[in-house]
Amino acid sequence: MAEVDKKKLKLYSFWISSCSFRVRIALNLKALQYQYIPVDLFKGEQLTPEFTEVNPTEYVPALVDGDVVVSDSLAILMYLEDKYPQHPLLPSNLHKRAINYQAANIVSSSIQPLQLFGHKSVKEKFGTHEELSFNRYHIGKGFEALEKLLKDHAGRYATGDEVFLADLFLAPQIYSAIKWCNVDMVQFPLLARLNDAYKGLPSFQDAMPEKQPDAPPSGAS
Amino acid sequence: MASVTIFRKLNRFQKRTFSFKTIEARWTEMTSPYTQKPSVRNFSEGVAAAESSSNLILYSFWQSSCSWRVRFALNLKGLPYEYRAVNLSKGEQHTPEFEKINPLRYVPVLVDGDVIISDSYAISLFLEEKYPQRPLLPTDPRRRTVNLQVASIISSSIQPLHMLSVLKHIEDRFGAEERLLWAHTYMEKGFLALEKVLEDFDGRYATGEEVYMADVFLAPQVAMATERFKIDMSKFPRLGRIYESLKTLPEFQAASPQRQPDAVH
Repeated sequence: MAEVDKKKLKLYSFWISSCSFRVRIALNLKALQYQYIPVDLFKGEQLTPEFTEVNPTEYVPALVDGDVVVSDSLAILMYLEDKYPQHPLLPSNLHKRAINYQAANIVSSSIQPLQLFGHKSVKEKFGTHEELSFNRYHIGKGFEALEKLLKDHAGRYATGDEVFLADLFLAPQIYSAIKWCNVDMVQFPLLARLNDAYKGLPSFQDAMPEKQPDAPPSGAS
Repeated sequence: MASVTIFRKLNRFQKRTFSFKTIEARWTEMTSPYTQKPSVRNFSEGVAAAESSSNLILYSFWQSSCSWRVRFALNLKGLPYEYRAVNLSKGEQHTPEFEKINPLRYVPVLVDGDVIISDSYAISLFLEEKYPQRPLLPTDPRRRTVNLQVASIISSSIQPLHMLSVLKHIEDRFGAEERLLWAHTYMEKGFLALEKVLEDFDGRYATGEEVYMADVFLAPQVAMATERFKIDMSKFPRLGRIYESLKTLPEFQAASPQRQPDAVH
């Protein structure tokens, strides 16, 4: 593991993890400096004593802020929002907030956990072909729902003309869908347009997997 | 402002009467989910019906643990609602009418006037923000974060992995034994994580002496784990103890599957 740095915030992250990607975007948006501590999920580093001593849940990402340790990306984002209110991740309008919560949860409960390549045991037992069709099914279902949820609310970004919580969940999921599951975004025009918009934002681009310190040189898995 | 001025002009007797009425009115509101049977329509009747006079409508299935969470939360906040059953066993979630309500075809869905919200986590946060009585999140930042964390671990790292549709997929492809192993693996992994997250807290419930969002998500999850999947909770003593406390709450019991209008006995 990396040596302790004087920077206050530490993020235990894996370059390719879309949950880690969400938090990296938030930290960039809020202009929060942090120490990046890689945890290689493919090598099982989340199970090592060094990591579990810091974060017993073994989940990545995990944020350490002084003596506070938070895992689970949605909880981390809500924690950051409460403690560091600059560049708010949620609008003030109640209905718009609810749209953001829904979009975030569609991704975090109905798409991402059902991406079986995140489950090492599945890859080992069942093989790549099996997981791809399952993954694509759930992405398709989730993306269709997101298209309908956001169509009356989207502006330049998912819920208006400012970046909010929904965008932090959409960007990594769309990235993952295109890169790993060859999803054709033509079927999802709103999400495709949002994805293009995210390409113009440094806070999103700097959080991309390939730009992380633990990304392999070629950027391939 | 005007009402405060009027109040100050009342004599002592009148002030007492006014206060009594207010307490009585509030008590009725608080107990209404238990003293009144929720108005029930099956799904197709609900769709055809005129706009309900009740503010809140909950699309729910009696056995859905996600619906259970929201029923529990509504009861805790003393919010009456119209129950609209969506029979998942009969595939009512696939009707065009329900797909308009929730394109993902999942329950629960909450309708509040012209606002429609799906996903139990999103619904919980919406209820907390719009109806702040009987808070589901503490103000203390550390406990607040833990509650959000526990609820999120349950709703994204545990429950989705044992959804019936996922288990059916695993069984269809790889057999019944693999299905059981899959369900147990992810549930126990999640429960172990929750034991760790909650280990610094003492008290009757997850994060102390008050019921919060962590409890709202935990109780139906443990109920599901023990009743449907026969998980041995002795491996998770803290969660087991918390569940035993939550089980006794009238708000939880009124929300339980067997007490729902669409329950099949």
